[in-house]
Amino acid sequence: MSAPVALDERALLRALRDGDESAFTALVEAQGPMLLRLALMHVPSRAVAEEVVQETWLAVLNGIDRFQGRSSLKTWITSILLNKARTRGERERRVLPFAALRRRHEEGRDEPAVPAGRFQGRRGSEPGAWARPPVEWSEPSERLRGEAARRVLLEAIAALPPRQRDVIALRDISGWSAEEVRNALDLTETNQRVLLHRARSKVRAALEGHFEAEGGAP
Amino acid sequence: MSVGVADELRCRGLVELITDYLEGVLPTPDARRFEAHLADCDDCSTYVEQMRQTIEAIGQIPPESLSAEASEHLLWTFRDWRGSR
Repeated sequence: MSAPVALDERALLRALRDGDESAFTALVEAQGPMLLRLALMHVPSRAVAEEVVQETWLAVLNGIDRFQGRSSLKTWITSILLNKARTRGERERRVLPFAALRRRHEEGRDEPAVPAGRFQGRRGSEPGAWARPPVEWSEPSERLRGEAARRVLLEAIAALPPRQRDVIALRDISGWSAEEVRNALDLTETNQRVLLHRARSKVRAALEGHFEAEGGAP
Repeated sequence: MSVGVADELRCRGLVELITDYLEGVLPTPDARRFEAHLADCDDCSTYVEQMRQTIEAIGQIPPESLSAEASEHLLWTFRDWRGSR
C-alpha cells in the first residue's frame, strides 16, 4: 500500500517539520498556482479562492506531523484543497441536489460524448455515421491561444460537474498522471477515464461552438 | 457473439473511445479497428484532431498566482505556526 516516498520529498518533509521557511516557500511556489487554479473553479470569487488556499496551507501545516507519506505530498495537499473548495463552493451556492442524482450527473455515464442527433439514425443511409460532422477549425493553434478561446475554455471547465472538472484540471491543466488523479480523488481507473472523457468532450464542444460563432474567417 | 454490423465501429461509437485510445487502454484489436476507421473517415479524423487540439489548449492555460497580499499573509501564517510549535 505505502508507495516509497521520494528521497527529496522526505527531506522536504523534515525541513517543514523543523519550521524551515525556505522549504515552505519552495513548496508554496511549486504547488500554489495549481491550488489557486483549482479553488477558482469551485468558488465564485477570487477572494474566496484565496481564502480557501490559505485555509489549505494552514491545514497542511497543522497536519504535517500526522502525514504518513502514503500518498505524495502533492496529492495530499490537493485533496485537502479540494475538500475545502467543494464545501465552500456548495455553501456559497446553497444548491444541494440529492447525492445519488448528483453522482449520476457527475459521472455522466449515461450521456454520450457527442449528442445523438449529430449521427444518422436507424433509417439513415449509414446509421451511426455523422449526420452533422465536425468542421475543421481554421488556424486553431493561433486562435486557441487567443483571449476569447481561453475564456471559452475556462468557462466550459467551470461549468462541468465537479468531479469532471477536477479530473480534467489535474490531468490536462496540471499534467498529473492517471494514477495520481485516482489517488487524489479516490476514483477507480475506469471512473477516472470516463470522467476525463466526458469533460474533454464537453470542452471540445464548447470550443466548436466558439469557432462556429466566430465563423471560419480569422 | 454475432459478427457483422454490430462489430463494425461506427462514428458514433468511435467518439466514445478516444480517451481510452489516447490512454493506451484499448485492447489491441479494438485499437486496430479504431485506427482503421480513422484511416477511412475524414470526419472522425477531424473530430479526433479537435480533441487533441482541445487537450493541448487546456494544457496551455497559464498558472494563477496568489496576490502579493495573500502571499504575505501566508508567510505570516507559517511564522505563527512555527512560533506555536
